Amino acid sequence: MYLPFIHILAVSFSGKAAASANLVKLWPIDFTLDAYVTTIANGNFLRSIWVTLQRTVIGTVFGMLVVVFAAYPLSKETSSFKRRNMYIWYFVFTMLFSGGLVPYYILLRNLDMLNTLWVLILPGAVSVWNMILLLNFFRGIPKEMEEASLIDGAGHIRTLIRVYLPISTPALATLSLFTLVGHWNSWFDGLLFMTNHENYPLATYLQTVIVQQDFSKVSVRPEDLENISQRTVKAAQIFIGMAPILLLYPFLQRFFVKGIVLGAVKE
Amino acid sequence: MRMKVSKWKKTIILDIMLAPALILTLIFSYIPMAGLVMAFQNYKPALGMTGSQWIGLDHFEFLFSIPENIQLIWNTLIIAGMKMAANLIVPFIFALLLNEIRRIFFRRMVQTIVYMPHFLSWVLVGGILIDLLAQNGGLVNQTLTSVFGMKPIFFMGDGDWFRFVVVVSDVWKEFGFNTIVFLAALAGINPSLYEAAEADGAGRWQQTWAITMPSMLPITIVVGTLALGSILNGGFDQIFNLYNALVFDKGDIIDTFVYRYGIIGGKFSFSTAVGLFKSIVSLVLIVMAYRMAYKLANYRIF
Repeated sequence: MYLPFIHILAVSFSGKAAASANLVKLWPIDFTLDAYVTTIANGNFLRSIWVTLQRTVIGTVFGMLVVVFAAYPLSKETSSFKRRNMYIWYFVFTMLFSGGLVPYYILLRNLDMLNTLWVLILPGAVSVWNMILLLNFFRGIPKEMEEASLIDGAGHIRTLIRVYLPISTPALATLSLFTLVGHWNSWFDGLLFMTNHENYPLATYLQTVIVQQDFSKVSVRPEDLENISQRTVKAAQIFIGMAPILLLYPFLQRFFVKGIVLGAVKE
Repeated sequence: MRMKVSKWKKTIILDIMLAPALILTLIFSYIPMAGLVMAFQNYKPALGMTGSQWIGLDHFEFLFSIPENIQLIWNTLIIAGMKMAANLIVPFIFALLLNEIRRIFFRRMVQTIVYMPHFLSWVLVGGILIDLLAQNGGLVNQTLTSVFGMKPIFFMGDGDWFRFVVVVSDVWKEFGFNTIVFLAALAGINPSLYEAAEADGAGRWQQTWAITMPSMLPITIVVGTLALGSILNGGFDQIFNLYNALVFDKGDIIDTFVYRYGIIGGKFSFSTAVGLFKSIVSLVLIVMAYRMAYKLANYRIF
């Protein structure tokens, strides 16, 4: 099952000649780090990593804030917060029906958001799915805790921060991780909304160079072109794109998997 | 009256907490829905949605009158349908097998390994597959020719093979993650049922047939019916990162078509109409699927 990864890894560490002659199987031939050196020396690649880091950090923090603050009121009983059901349907409807790609694109173009960092953060910030998972989790918290806090004179915001959040850390960690991985992997918004290739996030850059094999959009100097289209360099770029997930995954596995179980916990 | 005012005061803060999410959803989800009027217009960006000419259902007529467009819908249904079946059967069987492993440590390790690909993007997996399945010198074709003496297969250029690659690679990437829900159901089966069966002299196969299978039926129904709601989702991320002009006839799906035609080709109105067709059919199917899941297995999401 993992053979494809091992093969790509072997290619990325192999000499150019052996790789382009398709001699490499599962072990590097003429071991070299050249492909990684070329990749890291590439300004486009580094710039795209910087864009990805920004969107991932800002996007995750912002997205989680929005979702946490929305999930709390929605976790209330209808008896104490009448408008709850109306709001829930307002959000859930967007999961059932959408305006589709073209109106969405035209809207963002008209809002003048193309080529800004915000276009990678704001439109996807409200994850209704995460909101539902979190509100189900909040509902599992004993009501007495909330009542005690409110009777003590704390407002809703303080109750959320002092009472709800501390006992929800496992759920929050899981949802943050999902949001983070989502941002790291997200490539389509970059392709759609960044008309200037310098604003491409890493995943979009990789999509253009590795999958579309279109080098016209990433302005390379002619002398670099040969390097970038090298099979070994492509393999190295794929591997660098996977590296954070491969490295984090074994340690955070329990959080990764909890996400889906989280949704199953309800009365 | 006083009571009412103070009640409002108490809960108004809850509305304020919801405000950011409400506003973002209004802008980025509901306004685009209003943009769907384009599907009934001959939209020209310079004229805007208020100035463009109204043409009624012409785009929809066109959608269903051209054989290529019908083919597009078929492709989507075939690819999504095959994926749906495979993604139900493989994880189900795998969960049953995994459940037979008694050593907890080993079972955990297998789970960790099979879940991982789910978290990789199709860009990377697509890049790997294109390299691996290349007709000239890709590792798979090398093995087929040198070890099995076969002719190289044009995986990425032959429509039927392409569909095969799409389904198999989707299963490969997602089957581990899809087992989670089945494993949770297996863990929920009352152990005393097995003890009773064992006392009655039932073997492992008999226990599987008489206890495990019936206990898994509700969750299988839920997963299966909910998947029906996405029968028009061929998987944009995957197809877009794997396909090329050679396989458009059998591998192009609604979503990839809308992107190519609408965004790249600038045929805004027609591709909006295609997207609207998909959204409406999906809406109907999802609502039906949830109703069925609720009726058959008492499942609700919130």
